[in-house]
Amino acid sequence: MGFFDAILGRRTPVKPDLDQLFALPSAAVTLQVSGGFTPTGVGSVCYRASEGVAFASMQDDVQRLLDADGGPAVERVNDDFGFTWLVCRQPPDDVSALVTELHAVNRALEDAGFGSSLLCSLAVFEHADGRRLGLVYLYKQGTFYPFAPSGGAGRPSGGAGRQQRDNPLELQMRGVLANDLTVEADLSRWMAVWGAPGL
Amino acid sequence: MATRFIKDSGLTSRMALVMALLAVLYLAFMAFLIVNTSVAYTPVIIVLAGAFAVGQWYFSEKIALAAMRAREVSPQQAPELHGMIDRLCALADMPKPRVYVTDMDMPNAFATGRSPAHSSVCVTTGIMRRLNAEELEGVLAHELSHVAHRDVAVMTVASFLGVIAGLITRWGLYFGGGRRDSGALPFLVIWLVSMVVAAVSFLLTRILSRYRELCADRSAAFLTGQPSALASALTKISGDMARIPTRDLRQAEPLNAFFFAPALKGASLNSLFASHPPLEKRLDQLARVSAELGRPL
Repeated sequence: MGFFDAILGRRTPVKPDLDQLFALPSAAVTLQVSGGFTPTGVGSVCYRASEGVAFASMQDDVQRLLDADGGPAVERVNDDFGFTWLVCRQPPDDVSALVTELHAVNRALEDAGFGSSLLCSLAVFEHADGRRLGLVYLYKQGTFYPFAPSGGAGRPSGGAGRQQRDNPLELQMRGVLANDLTVEADLSRWMAVWGAPGL
Repeated sequence: MATRFIKDSGLTSRMALVMALLAVLYLAFMAFLIVNTSVAYTPVIIVLAGAFAVGQWYFSEKIALAAMRAREVSPQQAPELHGMIDRLCALADMPKPRVYVTDMDMPNAFATGRSPAHSSVCVTTGIMRRLNAEELEGVLAHELSHVAHRDVAVMTVASFLGVIAGLITRWGLYFGGGRRDSGALPFLVIWLVSMVVAAVSFLLTRILSRYRELCADRSAAFLTGQPSALASALTKISGDMARIPTRDLRQAEPLNAFFFAPALKGASLNSLFASHPPLEKRLDQLARVSAELGRPL
């Protein structure tokens, strides 16, 4: 944000870097080999729905497009914060297919002029002992970070205090993934996504 | 890349014009002072005013929060509020400000701080009780826009001229009155000119403040994608404003400039002096944003 933007009270939107998403399949392999986490085949895109017909019809179009391939239906979930998660499901061993779907959703919103409404994309991984790990892609930054909820999977408003993050695991995975992904360097941007679908 | 954010060039150019007028007024007044006052006092006045402005800008956060008796809340104490701000900051791609809550029935919120990295957002318990989640989110987005636009810094610079002129008007007679240099105007003239400059710069900064509010409304509406929720929050708060206890009102009056909606009714009826644009104007703008969001691309 430059000097004149501050003076004139406006913000220049960041340039997104969606191609980063295609690094996910190789990261999934690394996670499996070095971390013991296998893909669950569940991924989702989180965005802020705008009011008005334009957004609603675009949203329906995307959903119809993704459902046209005959695979598991795309599911739409509204969370407690007023954000919408579009959940995609693919066979666990086909991470590329999942990435293609996530990319398609992101691109569709971008093309309709709602790129600024995109918050993040998420791919869910699972350990043999039941622990879950989400790889979150921050749209505005073009970077990834691991998110590992532990303890009770409480809802944001319901079980307050039950929400715990497994920080050691997250930091460990940061090291594991550093060669495959651009990991978000600023830890304060590692936003918690409690109650995200699949986690 | 396609975007729905349409630049409001009218608003931008009007804001630029006001700032240019302020700058011209500033330069003219400085030239006037340098030509017409005895050399010894001018630097003293400017340094004094400069120190005052820098101090005001640097400590704005602490002063405002202390005056409101705000306390910082941790993510554990206010998970919903923090979650909301987390997401808005990720959407807006900005660092997260510290979060404060103040026990006050008056429904209001304000943001302060010297830069986006050193900033705070404060909400009253009254606003959290009255607004639903979407409306509160609109209000928070409005406050975050103030942070992102560096409004505290801009308004401090803008009011700097008024501070100088005000200092001369108030104290000039004490240390400038007796002195008479050859060729200098009588001090009374300088004093009167300072008074006029102070008045004009006050009006200009108020206009600027109203434009900044409109900008913040606009950005908030585009950020959340819900201009109508913000509009609803505005009407709710403005309606509640008239019914609040007087003690809170007087206590909060000096902080009006930072507020989401002005707390004083009577004085701000005069639109010329108001720090915030009238409600109808803000609602109009939000309706336009709503139409922009809804149109096919």
